[in-house]
Amino acid sequence: MTATTGIRASSRKAYSDWANRHRKWLFASPAIVLVGLLITIPLVWTIYLSFTNSQGSVRSDHQFIGFDNYAEVFADFDRFWPAVGRTFLFTGGVLLVELILGMAIALLLWRPFRGEKWVRVAILLPLVATPVAVGMMWKLIFDPNIGFANQVLSFLGIPPQPWLSGEFTALPTLMFVDIWQWTPMVVLILLAGLTALSDEPDEAARIDGASAWQRFWYVTLPLLRTTVIVAILLRSIDALKTFDILYATKGKGGGSFNEVETLNVYAYGLSFDYNDYGVASAVLIIFFMLIIGIMWLITFKRKEKVSK
Amino acid sequence: MKRSVIRITGIATAALLLGSGLAACSAAGGGESETLRVTLVNHVWTDIIKDKIPEFEKETGITIELAQFGEDQLSDQYNVKLNAGSDEIDVMMYRPLQEGKLFAKNGYLADLSDRVTENGDWDWSDYQEGPVDSTSYDGQVVGVPIITEQEVLYYRKDLLKAAGLEVPTTMDELLAAAEQLKNDNPGVAGFVARTAKSAAVTQFSSFLYSYGGDFIDEDGNASIDTPEAKAAFATYGKLINEFGPENVSTDMSWPEAMAIFTQGNAAFYTEADSLYKNATDPANSKVSETVGFAPIPAGPDGSRAYNVPSWALGVNEASSQQDNAWKFIEWATSQEMTLEIQQAGVPGARASVWEDPAGISTYPADLAETIAIATKNGVGHDRPLVIRVPEAREIVGDPIVVAITGGDSDAAADAANIAFQELLDDENK
Repeated sequence: MTATTGIRASSRKAYSDWANRHRKWLFASPAIVLVGLLITIPLVWTIYLSFTNSQGSVRSDHQFIGFDNYAEVFADFDRFWPAVGRTFLFTGGVLLVELILGMAIALLLWRPFRGEKWVRVAILLPLVATPVAVGMMWKLIFDPNIGFANQVLSFLGIPPQPWLSGEFTALPTLMFVDIWQWTPMVVLILLAGLTALSDEPDEAARIDGASAWQRFWYVTLPLLRTTVIVAILLRSIDALKTFDILYATKGKGGGSFNEVETLNVYAYGLSFDYNDYGVASAVLIIFFMLIIGIMWLITFKRKEKVSK
Repeated sequence: MKRSVIRITGIATAALLLGSGLAACSAAGGGESETLRVTLVNHVWTDIIKDKIPEFEKETGITIELAQFGEDQLSDQYNVKLNAGSDEIDVMMYRPLQEGKLFAKNGYLADLSDRVTENGDWDWSDYQEGPVDSTSYDGQVVGVPIITEQEVLYYRKDLLKAAGLEVPTTMDELLAAAEQLKNDNPGVAGFVARTAKSAAVTQFSSFLYSYGGDFIDEDGNASIDTPEAKAAFATYGKLINEFGPENVSTDMSWPEAMAIFTQGNAAFYTEADSLYKNATDPANSKVSETVGFAPIPAGPDGSRAYNVPSWALGVNEASSQQDNAWKFIEWATSQEMTLEIQQAGVPGARASVWEDPAGISTYPADLAETIAIATKNGVGHDRPLVIRVPEAREIVGDPIVVAITGGDSDAAADAANIAFQELLDDENK
């Protein structure tokens, strides 16, 4: 009797020991499995669709056509390559301005001053508004006939601008909206990095007679390198995928001249307007590879800098 | 003591979650409370039906769960849900000319051929031929048309009177009147219409037909580069480019263009008549007292507006409540209901209601006259009749936008025709 109880007891103990040692994974595994499936299944399905000529309805018959979709997309200088160009233009532009502006604001908020809590709240407000609501709000402000923006301009004696309606002014206007909304996030990240810095190098530099700019460029910025790269990484991934403000303001196809059609807007149009799932999937996979490539580039640079 | 309290709380919470989970499952699975999911679009028709739904619910004991969207969002909803074979939609309001062919081809719409002929009182033969044609596919009836529309000219009676002008009856007169009214009234545009590439196609079609052109010719080939088509593009573009609002946006669909007209900022506006309530309702329109309606001015080929069924009701093939769905459709499209809705301002598709003088008694007299003319001479389609309609609309809409912005619309028409022919060849493969 003792023997059987002993064996059962010991196997139970062995199991509970094992569970105890691996409790991290055990408790996290349901969530990990779920999220893993949610990410991989759509991805695999999209890759599969990109090799077919699926059109009209996903459930209707489609044939495997190999790389034809990719060939069609890469040869498309009418919609695809301009969309790529616009994506990079948009992302590069907003990233540059957001970094510079964000850095400036973070430096201003770094040292304590009176009313800094209120200033902080005010600066963070654009961040909490939902992008579609932001899009609609700016669409009204920038309306050429009844919008506030042109009224301000006329008050200053400047002729009214087409803003969102102009073929070449729409994208810069939307870049402005994006900058307005997302600079606070860059400020937050950079501020966190700044407050983690110690005062000593900066003070030492001041004692040595360095000017404010020299202190910033040669002391603060190098120390802040990792934080800046994190900010670039986070912001660029989002900016590449920007959809909400573009679609909310210009609608299908990014406007009648496709003036704000970035890759994301283009893929959306292919899927939901043209119902051309094969080509849409190809565009999306290319887009996905692009984002991964850029991410890799940025983190590669970070590793490089850190190891130096 | 502490440990046992925690243990008991843990077990109780788990039991609660499990219990509510099971309850939810059973409610969703075996629910016998008859709920009918109806999806409708933002339209005056929907506003009228919404008020009447409690009557239906009382009469039949079926609860209606209504989802209402704007046009574009509705199309996206259908695309996603019907593609997935979802049974979440029972009754759907769709556009026979925009998505009818695609949905029927994909098997999204249930076959109503037997149902429409069952009920003699309801009278399927009362429906006009053109609309019935557009809601049939491959010999089967897949929808019931509920709204028909024609294109009419909305105009400002007060501005015309002040300038001493008659209502334009030809395209040239329209151009001249628009120019004069724009010069006479600073801040007011002579003419406004839809400008977005895809949205403008339907309203432009009447211009196309009036100049003697069409999207596809009798042989089934693309025909938007004919001299007639080019003339139509040029006129539509000129009206907006030279006599339209300042800094006009090229993204305007009917909500934006209607807003410009109803705020008093334009003298002429070509648009579907089914939206006329937006202009004559004092709650929405500053010019409700002085809006006039006239037929589309005549081009070289006469005044040929479109006369199409813009919306229809269909039943989702994957729906598990097709009988109830049909009950709702029967109720919403009965003779009495159609008469009532038509009197409230939305033109329907029943011949008897049109013949009944009460059917148009609430319409402004000039609108009733205009509709009668347009219905007689109207063209049965307002866009290319293909399966890939959104893509086709973008192709043929490109010369419109080029003309509106003052570019070379002839060259754009040639390029668009090549692209359109490619699409036609692709579909007919």
